[in-house]
Amino acid sequence: MSKPVLEVRGLKKIYGEGEATVHALRGVSLTVQRGDYAAIMGSSGSGKSTLMNILGALDIPTSGTYLLDGVDVSRLSDAQLALARNRLIGFIFQAFNLIPRTSAVANVELPLAYAGVKPKERRRRAIEALDVVGLADRAGHEPNQLSGGQQQRVAVARALVTEPALLLADEPTGNLDSKSTDDVLQVFDDLSAAGRTIVIITHEDEVGARAKRLIRLVDGSIVTDVRQSPLHLPPVGAVAAAGRHHV
Amino acid sequence: MSLLEVLRFSLRGLSANKLRSALTMLGILIGVAAVILLVAVGNGSAKAISDRIEALGTNTITVMSTGRGGSSSTSLTTEMSDALVDPALAPDVKSVSPVVSSSSATMTYEGTDHAVATFVGTTPSWFAASSTPVGAGAMFTADDVDQGRRVVVLGQTVAEELFPGVDPIDKQVTVGGALFTIVGVLEEKSSTGFNDANDTAIAPLTAVQQVLTGYGALTSIIVEASDPDRVDAAQDQVSTILDQKLDVAATSGSTPYRIQNASSLLETQTETADTFTTLLGAVAAISLLVGGIGITNIMLVTVTERTREIGIRKALGAPRRVILTQFLIEATLLSVLGGGLGVAAALIGSHFTIVGVKPVIVPSSIGLAVGVSVAIGLFFGGLPAARAARLRPIDALRYE
Repeated sequence: MSKPVLEVRGLKKIYGEGEATVHALRGVSLTVQRGDYAAIMGSSGSGKSTLMNILGALDIPTSGTYLLDGVDVSRLSDAQLALARNRLIGFIFQAFNLIPRTSAVANVELPLAYAGVKPKERRRRAIEALDVVGLADRAGHEPNQLSGGQQQRVAVARALVTEPALLLADEPTGNLDSKSTDDVLQVFDDLSAAGRTIVIITHEDEVGARAKRLIRLVDGSIVTDVRQSPLHLPPVGAVAAAGRHHV
Repeated sequence: MSLLEVLRFSLRGLSANKLRSALTMLGILIGVAAVILLVAVGNGSAKAISDRIEALGTNTITVMSTGRGGSSSTSLTTEMSDALVDPALAPDVKSVSPVVSSSSATMTYEGTDHAVATFVGTTPSWFAASSTPVGAGAMFTADDVDQGRRVVVLGQTVAEELFPGVDPIDKQVTVGGALFTIVGVLEEKSSTGFNDANDTAIAPLTAVQQVLTGYGALTSIIVEASDPDRVDAAQDQVSTILDQKLDVAATSGSTPYRIQNASSLLETQTETADTFTTLLGAVAAISLLVGGIGITNIMLVTVTERTREIGIRKALGAPRRVILTQFLIEATLLSVLGGGLGVAAALIGSHFTIVGVKPVIVPSSIGLAVGVSVAIGLFFGGLPAARAARLRPIDALRYE
């Protein structure tokens, strides 16, 4: 078996000092294999966002080790961290976080530009990624000309355009209505079916139910870790969707 | 990622926020233009002052009597003025012009009266010594003076009063019951103070003495030095000769005459102008400071406002160096473009007269204004960008 995409051991994160100390994470250990589709669920304040930010190399843990694709993230320099974020991780935010007044395709091109991909190749791959999320026809639109669901799908396209080892999504459907939620989840199901590794944070049962693996976080610790469908098969959502299409 | 790519990013960043970019440039533009123009106006007024002094004649000495008139022992006479023309005793004296003047002469032409403010009787050398060139016609000659011919050169104001729309040359006017033939009109002269320097008429010394003032004392003697640098030497020579003529004891402190040296006046005025420039330099420094704070403010706001964007870029894998380069290029473009436009605005503005002063650009002020503005723009555009680029992406993203 190949090395896991993501492996954390005894991850702790403490905010503040003295009486105001908050233990956001109290020793989380977790391994995610290639091709998995894991949903981390928990109520507000359970530390799931903190965990996600650490997994995305956006934040650093107080203690514990984090191996991303076999590399110890805590030992990386600033420049190497930038490289890791660019090549290994595709991050999807709850608030979309597209660059304002910049077209969808330019937003999707951005990580490729930082990766040093030539403009022509960049444009081709960005359009491809937009096509995957079904927004190729909106390439020239700026974020404020797109609906929330469309913006999030642009963000998904931006996350997957570099073909990262790991897709991280922090409450990707938190700001969306049910129709847009379905659209975005469908994209995740398709990506999972295509073999991508996905870790998603959510507090919606509907979202968690579609993942292959469901991890529950309470007060900074993992309480349950349930496999809902086999690692090597497409996720239930994709199957259900495929079933719907066939009927 | 190549520099060209980063440059393209910067341009996209600027064009994505056209209004903000334009306002930032406007801020820098105003800062730079204000400093350059302020210094130019100060310099212009200083120049105007020294030009006016120059117009009075910088290499002339005016000798005036301090006697209360009447007493022949202390008054200036034509004999004295003749004595001053002495190549041996006064080698630095170029010309001597005895002057009598009357302020009560009324000139009449075909029933029109005009009271001439100063009616001057002198010799032809006066025109050069007092930097009062003749515009139309000719000045009178030494022969006219010798013969006491009644000819006159009018100042602009007099010519316009008596001969509106008519060429006054060769016309005859009546002054003090005598007919004078007009031979020329002076060029317009800029007035200093309240007196109209153009309300004047110049006639041969002998004619004026005969008709208006009588053959008494001279009003003054204008001595022209051979060179502006020799004015002091000429002044010494003149006072030596005059002391001799007037029997002034070498020990006595007071003389019956007074010597006015235009070059000492010019010196004083140059010092005044220098003080003026220093003052305006201080004003410029303050406006540069205020403009600089404005630029600082807008740069800080602009970049701080984009902290979130920096967070997004970092999350997407932008190295700190690339982010910093992008923001520095943006700040450079804004500063340099704004500074350049500011210089252009100042250069255009300097063609107009501002509060009665024709601005004269001081080249070093351009360098100073642009240099300081660009430096401030770069520093305060680069600093917050560097700070934001150093933040953990999550902190930059959370920044509100």
